[in-house]
Amino acid sequence: MNAPLETVEIEVTVNGERMKRSVPARVNLADFLRNELELTGTHLGCEHGVCGACTVRVDGEIVRSCLMFAAQADGCKVDTVEGLSDSREIEELQSAFVLTNALQCGFCTPGVLMAAQALLRDETNPTRERIREYLSGNYCRCTGYQAIVDAIEAVAKARAARSAR
Amino acid sequence: MKAPRFAYARPASIAEALALLQKHGDDARVLAGGQSLVPMMNFRVAAPKVLVDINRIGSLTGIKVTKSFVRIGALVRHVEVERSADVAKHLPLVAAAMPHVAHPAIRNRGTFGGSCALGDPAAELPACTLALGATFVVAGKKGERRIAAQDFFKGLYATALKPGELLVAAEFPLPKPGYASAFGELARRHGDYAMVGVAAHGLRKVGKFSDMRVAFFGVGDRPQRASGFERALEGQPAVDGALAKLDADLEPRADLHASAAMKLHLAKVLADRVLGGLAA
Repeated sequence: MNAPLETVEIEVTVNGERMKRSVPARVNLADFLRNELELTGTHLGCEHGVCGACTVRVDGEIVRSCLMFAAQADGCKVDTVEGLSDSREIEELQSAFVLTNALQCGFCTPGVLMAAQALLRDETNPTRERIREYLSGNYCRCTGYQAIVDAIEAVAKARAARSAR
Repeated sequence: MKAPRFAYARPASIAEALALLQKHGDDARVLAGGQSLVPMMNFRVAAPKVLVDINRIGSLTGIKVTKSFVRIGALVRHVEVERSADVAKHLPLVAAAMPHVAHPAIRNRGTFGGSCALGDPAAELPACTLALGATFVVAGKKGERRIAAQDFFKGLYATALKPGELLVAAEFPLPKPGYASAFGELARRHGDYAMVGVAAHGLRKVGKFSDMRVAFFGVGDRPQRASGFERALEGQPAVDGALAKLDADLEPRADLHASAAMKLHLAKVLADRVLGGLAA
C-alpha cells in the first residue's frame, strides 16, 4: 500500500470473526467498532488516550482504540469487551465487580475490565499497589477506585489459591 | 473530537517511506505508535494531509547489542524496551525510566523513536538519550546521518530532523565499568508526563561523583543537561553542595502543574533524592 488513500480496504478479525470492510482513513478503531460493527461496549471518553474507556486488545495486547485508526488494524486480531464477555474469559472479574460494587455508571467498566484481565494474565498475584499502578491509565469518576481494586484483588487471590491447589 | 481528513499510506520499507515523505513534504507526517500524534490530530493541533504509517517497516524494529553500543530501532515499542533483558543489563537508566512512560496500554503501542522524534520536553526517553550520550541514526534522501542527542533536541517539539527525514534508531554507547545511573520523576498521577524529572549517569569512584551527566526534563522547552551542577559534583562525595548550581542551570517555565519557583524547588528535591541514591 503505497499511494496515500482516503478510504482504505481492511481485513480484520474482531472477536474471532473475520471480516472485510472499507473505512475512511480518519476513522479511529473505537468508532469503527461502535458505529460500523455496533459493538458499543467499547466507550469513547476523552479521545486523547487519557481516560482508558476505549481500551481493547489488538493482537493480544491492550491498546487505546481512540489512538489507532481502523486502517491500522488491517490484518490484526481485535478483541473487545463483548468478545471477552461472550467467551467467559472475564466472567470471574464481572462477578467480582458486581459483588464489590466496583461500578456505578459503568462508563469506565469495559476499559477497566480489559486492563484488569491483561494484568491478571501477565501477573499471578499483584499487590494492591501494583493493581493501582497498572490501572493508573483508567479513569473512574464514580467509585473512588477502592472497590475496583477490591474486585481485582479478590479475583487474583482466588486464581492464585486455585493454582496452588 | 475526531481527526480531520487525511490520506493514509503504509510503506513497506524505509526507501518507500522516504519517497512518500519527500513527495508530500510538509503535508505529510510520520505515524509511528500514534500515542501523541493521534491525540494532536483529534485536538486539531495537527492536521497532516498525508499520514505515512511506518508500523510495518521491519528494518525499524529490534534491539541489538554490538561490541560498542546498544541500538534501539525507532519502531521498538515501549513495552519491548521495558521487558528487554539487553536493556536491563546494559542500559539500566532506560530500564528504570520505562515504568514512568505513560500507562500499559500506551506502552504497548508507543515507540521509542516516536517519543524522541516528537521532542516533548516532559518526556522521559529524550532525557535518557542525553544522559547516556546516545546518537540518533536518521535516514534521508542522501543516505544516513548521525546526530548526537546533545544536538538533536532543538526546542519545544522541535528536533534536528529535517523535512523528508526519518528517524531510524538510537545508538547508546555501552557504559564503561564503574558507571552507574539513576532516574526519578515527580508526576501528579503515575504515568503522566513529569512535572520535573531527572536522568543521571556517571562514575562513582571511591565514594565520589565523577564525569556526571545529569539531564532534567519537564523544566524547560527541551530536555537539558545541568552543566554547572555536573561540574560542581566532580570529586564530591555528596550532592548537597552542588544543588545551588541548579539556580543558574535551569530556567523552569510555569505550566498547568506548577509555578516556575515550585519547579525549581522540585528539581532540587528530586536531584538530591535521585543522586543521593547513587551516592548511598
